[in-house]
Amino acid sequence: MKSSVIVFPGSNCDRDIAVALKKFNFKNKMVWHDDSDLPKSDLIVLPGGFSYGDYLRTGCIASKSKIIKEVINHASSGGLILGVCNGFQILIETGLLPGTLLRNKKLRFISKNVFLKVVNTQNKFCKKYLNKKIIELPIAHNEGNYFANNNLVKKLEDDDLIAFKYCDKKGSINNKSNPNGSSNNIAGILNDKKNILGMMPHPERFIDPLLSGEDGSRIFQSLLQSL
Amino acid sequence: MKITPEIVKNHGLKKDEYEKIKTLIRKEPNMLELGIFSAMWNEHCSYKSSKKYLKTLPIKNEKVIHGPGENAGAVDIGDDEALIFKIESHNHPSFIEPYQGAATGVGGILRDVFTMGARPIAVLNSIHFGHQDHPKTKNLLNGVVSGIGGYGNCMGIPTVGGEVKFDTCYNENILVNAMAVGLVKKDKIFLSKAKGVNKPVIYVGSKTGRDGIHGASMASAEFDKDSEEKKPTVQVGDPFTEKLLLEACLELMKDDSIISIQDMGAAGLTSSSVEMASKGSLGIELNLNKIPCREEKMTPYEMMLSESQERMLLILNIGKEEKAKEIFNKWGLDFSIIGKTTNTKNLVLNFNNYEVANLPISSLSTDAPVYDRKWKKSSIQKDHKKKNDLKSINLSDSLKTILSSPNNTEKGWVWEQYDQTVMGDTIQKAGGDAAVVRIHGKNKGVAITVDSSAQYCAANPIDGAKQIVSESWRNLISVGANPIAITNCLNFGNPEKEKIMGQFIETIDGIKQACSYLNFPVVSGNVSFYNETQNRAISPTPTIGAVGLIKNLDLMMTKDLKNIGSFIFVIGKTSGHLHQSQFFREVLKREKGPPPEVNLFNEKKNGLSIQTLISLKLTSSVHDVSKGGILIALSKMCIGGNIGININIKNKNISMHEYFFGEDQSRYIIEVSEKNKEEVCKILDKNSVYFEIIGKTQKGNLEFKDKFNLKVSDLNTLNSFWFKNHFKDSA
Repeated sequence: MKSSVIVFPGSNCDRDIAVALKKFNFKNKMVWHDDSDLPKSDLIVLPGGFSYGDYLRTGCIASKSKIIKEVINHASSGGLILGVCNGFQILIETGLLPGTLLRNKKLRFISKNVFLKVVNTQNKFCKKYLNKKIIELPIAHNEGNYFANNNLVKKLEDDDLIAFKYCDKKGSINNKSNPNGSSNNIAGILNDKKNILGMMPHPERFIDPLLSGEDGSRIFQSLLQSL
Repeated sequence: MKITPEIVKNHGLKKDEYEKIKTLIRKEPNMLELGIFSAMWNEHCSYKSSKKYLKTLPIKNEKVIHGPGENAGAVDIGDDEALIFKIESHNHPSFIEPYQGAATGVGGILRDVFTMGARPIAVLNSIHFGHQDHPKTKNLLNGVVSGIGGYGNCMGIPTVGGEVKFDTCYNENILVNAMAVGLVKKDKIFLSKAKGVNKPVIYVGSKTGRDGIHGASMASAEFDKDSEEKKPTVQVGDPFTEKLLLEACLELMKDDSIISIQDMGAAGLTSSSVEMASKGSLGIELNLNKIPCREEKMTPYEMMLSESQERMLLILNIGKEEKAKEIFNKWGLDFSIIGKTTNTKNLVLNFNNYEVANLPISSLSTDAPVYDRKWKKSSIQKDHKKKNDLKSINLSDSLKTILSSPNNTEKGWVWEQYDQTVMGDTIQKAGGDAAVVRIHGKNKGVAITVDSSAQYCAANPIDGAKQIVSESWRNLISVGANPIAITNCLNFGNPEKEKIMGQFIETIDGIKQACSYLNFPVVSGNVSFYNETQNRAISPTPTIGAVGLIKNLDLMMTKDLKNIGSFIFVIGKTSGHLHQSQFFREVLKREKGPPPEVNLFNEKKNGLSIQTLISLKLTSSVHDVSKGGILIALSKMCIGGNIGININIKNKNISMHEYFFGEDQSRYIIEVSEKNKEEVCKILDKNSVYFEIIGKTQKGNLEFKDKFNLKVSDLNTLNSFWFKNHFKDSA
């Protein structure tokens, strides 16, 4: 499976995601934001970080990069896209995913491991979570408070477009298990065609038992299996 | 403009120093030249009060590649790799403007590390605040923590540990010490020494603005009541630009374009250019019209003294300029050829086709004043208060008081604001004895710790300094590492006062003794004097950053208890030293008296024995005994593993309070399985190490006969309560 990781000025999880892709045997290329050609890829990853220093609005300036046109073309022809953390913010700014990401409710950066419920396992990113729906992954963000108005939340719920929700160890989804104030505890969403996944937690940081967990691995395994 | 005594004074120079300048340069300096002297001769840049004593520290062992004198120290970790590391203070700016002060402190130390060609892999910090209820503390703590996070998080370098402390002595003078560690191929270390004449001198990074002018001079004076008006001397950080600068520099460093490189830190363009020329015994000539400026009509004086951040000075091999420019332009950074090296041994500055300054490099570096200041031996603190009747003091209540006190509480509220896991190699986060970061792609790791014991040092600087070096050594041993070397940040009051100078000299003596004995040299660091406001100095606060190597991560240890039914050993003798202990401070409110002494012979013997046990896989968990004594250490092991302990010890010839809360040094607690018990005893006996078996692990409770029986979950709640409550939130 071929993948491309887009590198923006200020991306800082680009290496981490490349390490993860390599571990799961993806043939990966790093692509500079200012390039106009995208290598032939099955999967495009927009990595975490602080593209353009989060200036103006997180993900906003990156969404105007030259390469984004190619990313949008890739999406409309059904190609797979994964956006993690800042990558999720960029996907929202490009309009490929709906809603918006606000500052965390307590106005502080949050870096910790959280529990997630995999709400939708019927997509190419999450198939391998079918028999393990409560998972643990790290978050590390300042603007991860997913906001959607009532209509959008209803649509996301009705159309089964929510991939992950924050929960506690036992799987309860409530205010207490919501780290950043996101609507309906949403941690990750899919587009209508389910070929794009945006998520705040970092699967690439949890692919190794030494790093206290491997729950991130299944996303990469799911993607491999889907092709 | 005529230089008046008033102007000299405003530049922080003494009258006799000004006379010395005139003798050295054989003329009256102009304003620009005076400004340059003020930047180079202040305490922060010249180390004029400390140099004599710093020279006495041990700086070498078989692992050291570069000791003090470079941007940071470098040590060999095998496989042709080296670690680059240093700790530095940013105290004065952080008190005036906590967010930017702390942020640029992190930025500065990261630059020191990547200037040498290393990719930073970890940041740690030691931050000290005034009393928790002092009206300024909350705001300063909030600002400093978000500043550290704001910079490190954006750079994508994990902040993996550190310490947060409170003491009234920092009420008007907080401390922010930041440490960075980087990884580099041994043969790709870059230095600042210029080589060759007529080589192009290049300015890269951010533009120069009017921020931070005279920052280093500000950090070389005491604060008065108007200190907060010094805000404009605090630099403003832009971590995004620094991230670009990091990537651009590392990209350029892949080949042999760079002859030497120096970051523009304190005293900006002035100190970087002088330092490079001085080390290479060369001259340097700059055309100030070529400096990329952020603001219009900046004067040569402002350009030379600005401390704008995220800037570097490079000397390139001739013919490499175009390629280098391409790289910096790709990353959207300024690149300007601003001058060349010369053989005149002078710093020559031109502006609008006029020579505006011409000074011998030596007058700014090697000929800068060095002082042998007067000093006074510290009086050893005695406690004249009547002894307390300890029998009436409840053990379990004392434990609860200490565990929930701000200095001993768990600090998750702070750590969670730092990205600790970016780069995907953080194996042990903040909260253990030392942080552990894996060497990327390998099964080995670096253990890193930052420690200080200001209260011990205030009571006895020599013993306090010995203790803190030993504690950092012990912390590295506890996670299974082989200690390599340290970096130190020496925070003191005004060295012109004999008492303070005495504290400094004695601290150096203590560090020297411990470092020499433990083969644990000092490879980098900095000195921060003048940490005093309105005549009140901080306690002497040497902060030690230490690194060690874990060759095989399978042998890494944590402090968390692992199994039920294991034996708990205390290694090292407990004689019950309670002066300066957390028990005395937090429970009895006694603050006088001597700190515990360190017997370096036992320190080494006990530590090396623990190393042997770990290497033979005979321990399940290891924790060093430090502030709070045995009972606090046991509680933290229980909390970490959510496992209890049934303590079963016979009567001692000291009281139970002395036994449980005494802060005697060189001790560890280890967890040993039933099957390994005999082997462990045999090894400890053979090494003549004093040990006791004090109980067994059990489910749920930490208990001791009829004295106490506490649920581990309750201990956890007590230990993690303070910050959340103080900042009124539950997240």
